[in-house]
Amino acid sequence: MNISSQLSVNFVSFMSNNLPLSVVSRQVRRDILRMVHAVNSGHPGGSLGCADYLTALYFQYMNHNPQKFDPSGKGEDVFIMSNGHISPVFYSVLARSGYFDVSELATFRKLNTRLQGHPTTHEGLPGVRVATGSLGQGLSVAVGFALQKKLDKDSSTVWVLTGDGELQEGQIWEAVMFSAHNKIDNMIVAVDFNQQQIDGSTGDVMGITELKSKFEAFGWMVLEMDGNNYDSIHTVVPQAQSHLGAGKPIVIIMKTEMGQGVDFMMGSHAWHGKAPSDEQLEKALAQLPVTELGDY
Amino acid sequence: MKHFEILGQKDTRSGFGAGLLELGRTNPNVVAMCADLTGSLLMNHFQGEFPERFYQAGIAEANMMGVAAGLALGGKIPFTGTFANFSTGRVYDQIRQSIAYSHANVKICASHAGLTLGEDGATHQILEDIGLMKMLPGMTVINPCDYNQTKAATIAIADHHGPVYLRFGRPKWPVFISEETPFIIGKALMLSEGTDVTILATGHLVWKAIEAGHILAEKGISAEIINIHTIKPLDDEAILASVQKTGCVVTAEEHQMNGGLGDAVAQLLSRMLPKPLEMVAVNDSFGESGTPDELLVKYGLDTPNVVEAALKVMARK
Repeated sequence: MNISSQLSVNFVSFMSNNLPLSVVSRQVRRDILRMVHAVNSGHPGGSLGCADYLTALYFQYMNHNPQKFDPSGKGEDVFIMSNGHISPVFYSVLARSGYFDVSELATFRKLNTRLQGHPTTHEGLPGVRVATGSLGQGLSVAVGFALQKKLDKDSSTVWVLTGDGELQEGQIWEAVMFSAHNKIDNMIVAVDFNQQQIDGSTGDVMGITELKSKFEAFGWMVLEMDGNNYDSIHTVVPQAQSHLGAGKPIVIIMKTEMGQGVDFMMGSHAWHGKAPSDEQLEKALAQLPVTELGDY
Repeated sequence: MKHFEILGQKDTRSGFGAGLLELGRTNPNVVAMCADLTGSLLMNHFQGEFPERFYQAGIAEANMMGVAAGLALGGKIPFTGTFANFSTGRVYDQIRQSIAYSHANVKICASHAGLTLGEDGATHQILEDIGLMKMLPGMTVINPCDYNQTKAATIAIADHHGPVYLRFGRPKWPVFISEETPFIIGKALMLSEGTDVTILATGHLVWKAIEAGHILAEKGISAEIINIHTIKPLDDEAILASVQKTGCVVTAEEHQMNGGLGDAVAQLLSRMLPKPLEMVAVNDSFGESGTPDELLVKYGLDTPNVVEAALKVMARK
């Protein structure tokens, strides 16, 4: 897939390389691992799992303006990451798409950084519109942006990412109910359905079974997607977009693998919030060869 | 002691409703949300005239705060309305992260604060809300004293960029601030000048302070009565100037002693001008059912309590 031919952005093009999304997301994965390793903290598992989808959003599907960041998001698409702990993937995609220089990724989680452990507006980092980290809050904030866009007759889309463990928070279901009642149809929510959380699998910790029928019962349009497969992403995301304006909120249940791209990080919750050692980093990076974009 | 004419008996929440309606007419960016208490907060007037700018949140306050944050970050000026308990304690983390830390320009408007909620009892009588809100970095905390001041404060906070906690109450209460009195956020309002004791009061207790001032005057004591409607940022200058003159101070509020106005004044004086201080406030206790007047008597927030505190603090000079 060639990025530049797929661009839907109306703003100045921020891409200098005609690279396939899979190459960009490989570089994003290297960024994630190197950032987390450098400070021996952070959340690589979910970050790696969401690298493909966020790369697709920021390099293809979102209509946004990285060169001139407007916190209010007027006239452009807005992305809210409710599961703020996967900040490494967010920061990497923001930097790689031009919101700030990639060299700043080296400051992640260090004193005086704009790249706080969890995303915040407090330090003025371009690309972040609300603080997230305490779970369950981002969907409500996104609904607020969606209402503002409707009031202002702004036809842009609000994109939201939530974790699946995060759906255990009650506020999520308040927002889910509110969205259907108010016909929030200018918003596409993706649930990172990796079925893992800190203490174990979601099934063991607190079952969130029958997710599709739960959302349907609340009056949502529900789609399912493999978030680690670009064919699936390029099928389902346009399908979700085709439902915009149809009177229903839209959710994509996005199956991903925690730790995707690094064999020894996949298949469990072990790498939710753990940094790799020097040796593990080397082993992981060997599975994700450096790209034309280069390391930060 | 200056005489204050009672202009009527009105609830402060009605002042909020009237202020919000006026804002709807003058500021197209103002939007409002309510969690199933539209009538109780008199938001029905705004809702009726501007239905497209009003959102019913249902009994789901956490989501209401988040949606309000999003509306604000997108450029609107949202006013949220529910009881003070559900505006603060119930949604503290939502306010902390999505509003305060994110610099969202949300106006958190809270009715039925304190003991004067009355018969509903302690579950609804929050006495900790000022403390909760004033601890949050960047939060402005306002507790107006009558209908006119609440209306003026409601209108004033729309022009202030940043999160605001506006606290008001349920019962009918004397109206004594003129409609023309300007409301300036962070600026204490001198009600009556005096030389022997400073009485700093906020919310419903301002009227009790005025009544106490008259009783003290009969005893030959000159009390300086100052209305601290903005608890954060506190008008340090006005307070220090007054206490410098009188040499002692009483604070009066419908709130816990911990975390309230008295606590803020004590912090200021102990650093800048250590002088005797007495606090008229609830002392580490929950409330209970009863009429507002009965409760103020039982919990020591009535006019005689302010008089007694003034005499006590003067004796400590």
